[in-house]
This record gives sequence, structure tokens and C-alpha cells, in this order.
Amino acid sequence: MSESLASEPKGHIEVSNFSLSYDSIEGPVQAVTDTQIHVKPGEFVSIVGPSGCGKSTLLNAVAGFLKPTTGISTVDGERVSGPSAERGMVFQQYSLFPWKTVRENVEFGLKMRGMPRSQRERAARTLLGLAGLEAFEKHYPEKLSGGMKQRVGIVRALATGPKVLLLDEPFGALDAQTRVIMQQILTNMWQRLKISVLFVTHDIDEAIFLSDRVYCMTARPGSIKAEIPIPLERPRQQAMMMSSEFLALRRGLMSLIREESLKAMGGEINDMGMQGLNIELHGHSLADVI
Amino acid sequence: MSSPAILRHPEDSMPAIAEAGPVPAATPPATPPSFGTLALRWYRLNQGRLRATAIGIISLLAFLLVWHLLTSYRVVFFVRFTNVPSPLAVYASFTKAIHDPKFLMHIVLSCRRIFIGFSLAAIVGVPLGLIMGRFKLVHEIIFPVAEVLRPIPAIAWVPMAIMLWPTNEQSIVFITFLGSFFPILVNTLHGMSLVDPVLVRAAQCLGARERSIFREVYFPASLPHIFTGLTIGMGVAWVSLIAAEMISGQYGIGYFTWEAYSLVQYADIALGMIAIGVLGLGSSLLIRGAGHLVMPWRSTR
Repeated sequence: MSESLASEPKGHIEVSNFSLSYDSIEGPVQAVTDTQIHVKPGEFVSIVGPSGCGKSTLLNAVAGFLKPTTGISTVDGERVSGPSAERGMVFQQYSLFPWKTVRENVEFGLKMRGMPRSQRERAARTLLGLAGLEAFEKHYPEKLSGGMKQRVGIVRALATGPKVLLLDEPFGALDAQTRVIMQQILTNMWQRLKISVLFVTHDIDEAIFLSDRVYCMTARPGSIKAEIPIPLERPRQQAMMMSSEFLALRRGLMSLIREESLKAMGGEINDMGMQGLNIELHGHSLADVI
Repeated sequence: MSSPAILRHPEDSMPAIAEAGPVPAATPPATPPSFGTLALRWYRLNQGRLRATAIGIISLLAFLLVWHLLTSYRVVFFVRFTNVPSPLAVYASFTKAIHDPKFLMHIVLSCRRIFIGFSLAAIVGVPLGLIMGRFKLVHEIIFPVAEVLRPIPAIAWVPMAIMLWPTNEQSIVFITFLGSFFPILVNTLHGMSLVDPVLVRAAQCLGARERSIFREVYFPASLPHIFTGLTIGMGVAWVSLIAAEMISGQYGIGYFTWEAYSLVQYADIALGMIAIGVLGLGSSLLIRGAGHLVMPWRSTR
């Protein structure tokens, strides 16, 4: 954590008094309410929470795709008013352009900035080399595996040199082995580029392994339930995931999230599910039994 | 939660990024394979296609044979083959026709009408569909009118077209245009409605503005459907053209076919029909080829 502050990292994210509600026929639906988060320059911060808690909504607002109902988000003091190349984004569905080759995908942001062809080709090749993808520069995304696609997605988002990188469950669609490798690739790149990262996931191990700090959100309407610093030293190794320190963090986060997940689906389980399943609670709370 | 990979490599340190890259599969063998092995491999890989081609040829030959038998024995069984020309008669009139400048002129004129009518339809239909798909107001204004006009078959436009346009030639081209216009428009619109919004978002946070998003995302994403529209449009263009030529033409392959009937030149009827079929097939092959050229990411599938 300390070495990431060595040079001059950028990308201070500040979200304050944030709330967001949708209109529906039954009136406004509160998706996220009264939320403050921040990411210090060069920091790696994750948001975890039960599904549907609004963590992606929050991320999309920082990206500039959604307008908050109240509150603002700023990056380095500048108010977020719409999507911009300063905030790179990586999506769960990869969202590579199928009609562009791997290299053309990576070049896209540079092309939008008006960089001449030969220059951006060179830049894209260098970046692809870092991700071990130079052999695939002429392939179309369809031919790539999920892990390779997402590596292209990350490289593409980083190509324009954004201040912050936003990732929306980027490894959610990958198998466990690939995910571990991708986590390390992401860590490597983050440490090299010294940018701020805001990472949304529902995988607690992933959040702890990657982050300097983890925000845990409540069930809908989402707000910040807890903020957990992760004091594990870097560079982190997979062996750490078996350490007592890691497991303690994991246990803590797990129980926080379980509480919220049960709250989110509690109604169904209490009223119908338990009767149907005929589970004896013996005075224990539901959380203890499950 | 803890993945098997973690358990298997407890001391694993962070792998270098390059290591994560998959190794290219199948290294080439030391000695180049002989011609025989290559030919065998090629045969195995293309077995399905070879089979389809072989069966296709046999089926066409069988069709010709049945046609020949039906006409040479003048079969009457519900349908009357008494006056139907035999394949040989049609072939004879074909060999005569290809040396006849008038026949070639019929074909050239029909092709020219298709080219002009279809090109105009594509030039108007594709951009209009793209714009309607992108701008709601344009869609709301144009769509109702298009929906009312669309079900009217191009043939029903013949009298109106004759009134609208000063020359016969122009009215025939107009009808060809109408026939292909609506399939092109509707399919372009459909393609636009299916563009993945996440791709638009991805482009936006890479710094793309409205214009670039249109050119780099909406247009290529809609191309497969645009080409579906062009293929259907080409088919309907021929249908409309032939109908228009039969009703109001003085030249063209449709007129040739109809004239052959009036002049009791039965072999020429079949010749005209086959010519229409071949021209229609050729033009849709052209469009498919253009599709492969324009969308290389799809033809590698």
C-alpha cells in the first residue's frame, strides 16, 4: 500500500450524500440512499454487497452513466457529469467490439483522442505485450477465451491513461482458476500504473485479496454498512488466502453480507420457505442455521 | 469460495503476466506432410461440403431428367405437359438467343433497372433506417407512414407509377425501388434496435462522442441486419421488376418472357424464366460476397 503512493498517483474519487431513485408506477423506488465513499489517489477499493443492493448503480454513477438524485461525485475535484475517458471502465460482459480486432479494440480510446494511426498501433502493441496478448492482436474477440477477452477489456480501458479504473464484476463470468490469474494480472497492472481502482464484486475473497479497503453495502435501498481496511501487506500471494489474518477478515465480511442477503430475501424464507421445508429453528436465528 | 487452484499451489508466487498468456496450440510437425496425407486431410475436413455439392448436382440432373421425360412423353396428369418445351428445346433456343443482340439487350436493361432501383433503395433505406433508429423523433414521424405504405405490393403501384413518372423506364425503376426499399429500411431499423447498449457505454467511457459512436458502434453493429435487408430487398426487387416489365414494359427479361407467350414461342418462355432465376441467384450471391468483404469478423466463424 505504501509503495503505491511513491510517485504522484492521481484519481481521488469522492462521492458524497449520494442517493439515486428510479420512477416506477408505484412511485419512486430508492436504489441507493445516503451514501458516501471515497477512493484515495492510487488506492484499490472494492464494494461488496448482496445482489441488487445498488453497488453497480453506484459504480455507474461514478462512471457518469447515471445521474444521482441527490449528491455529487467528483474525481480530483471535478464533478462527474457524464462518461469520459478519464474514468476507464471494465464490464462483466467484456463488451469488446466484435467488429474490431483485439488491437483495434485497444486502440479505440486513442483513436477517439485523435492519435495518428502508427502511433496508436505502437501503443496498443506495447500494452497487449504487457498482458501477454501480442500474439492475438489480429484476432477478433469472438475467438478468444473469457479470460483473454477480459484482459483485452482491461487493457483497452487503461490505454487512454485514465485517472481511475472502474470495474463492474469483471471476473464474474470466469471460472475459478482463470479468475485467480486475472486478479494477479489486475494487481500487477494497478501497481505499475499507480491509478485508483473502484472494484465492484460479490466475491468476498476477491475483494479482500485485491483491496486496500472494502465497502460493504446494505440490502436495497443500498447504503454503506461498513468500511473495512485490509491491512494485508503487498505484494500479496495466494498463500495469504489461508492465513488467519485473511480468514478473520473473510469471516467478518461474510457475516456482514449474510445478514444483508437474508434481509433482502428474508420475507420469503420466513413466511413460506421455512414452513414448506419444515425446518426447526429451535430458538436460533435464521442466520445461525443457514 | 476458495478455488481448487489456490489449494493446489499454496506457495505459488505471483506469475508474470506473460506466463498467463496461453501457449499457441499444436506445434508444426518436423517433416512436412506428403501430398497424399494433405489431400486426405483436406477431404476429411471438407467431406460435408463435398457431399452437399455432389447431392446438389445429382438433384439438378434428376430435375432435368424428369422434365425431359414429362415433356417428351407429353404427360397429361392433372397438369398438361403437351405444350411445355423440353429441356433440349430450351437449350436450342438458348444457343440461338445468346447470339441475338435483342435478347442480350433485354437482359442488360433488366439488370440496369435492378441496379438503379436497388442502389437507390439502399442509398435511401440504410441511412434512413440508421437515423430513425438513433433519433426517436424521426422514427415517430416516419414510421407510421412507412407502416401504411409497406404492405402495398409493388405491383399495385404500377398504375400509380405510370401516372407519377413521365417515362415507362422511370416508372419501372421506381417500382423496383419500392420493392426493395421497405425490406432494407425495416431490417436496418431492426438492427439498430438490437445494438447492445453496453457497447455504446464502453465507447462512451473511451471518449467517443455522438458521431463516433454512430460510426464505430451503431453502424457496424447493425451491418448483419442491414445485409439481411439487402438480400431480401434484392429478391423483392426482381419480383417487382418482372411484374412491372410484364405489365408496362417494352424491353427487359420480364417483357421477353411475356412476349414469348403472346408469340407462341414456348421454348422462350422457359428460357426467360431460367434467365430470371439465374440473374436473381447471381445478384444475391453478389450481395452475400459483399457482406463477407464488409464484415470480416463474421466470415471467420
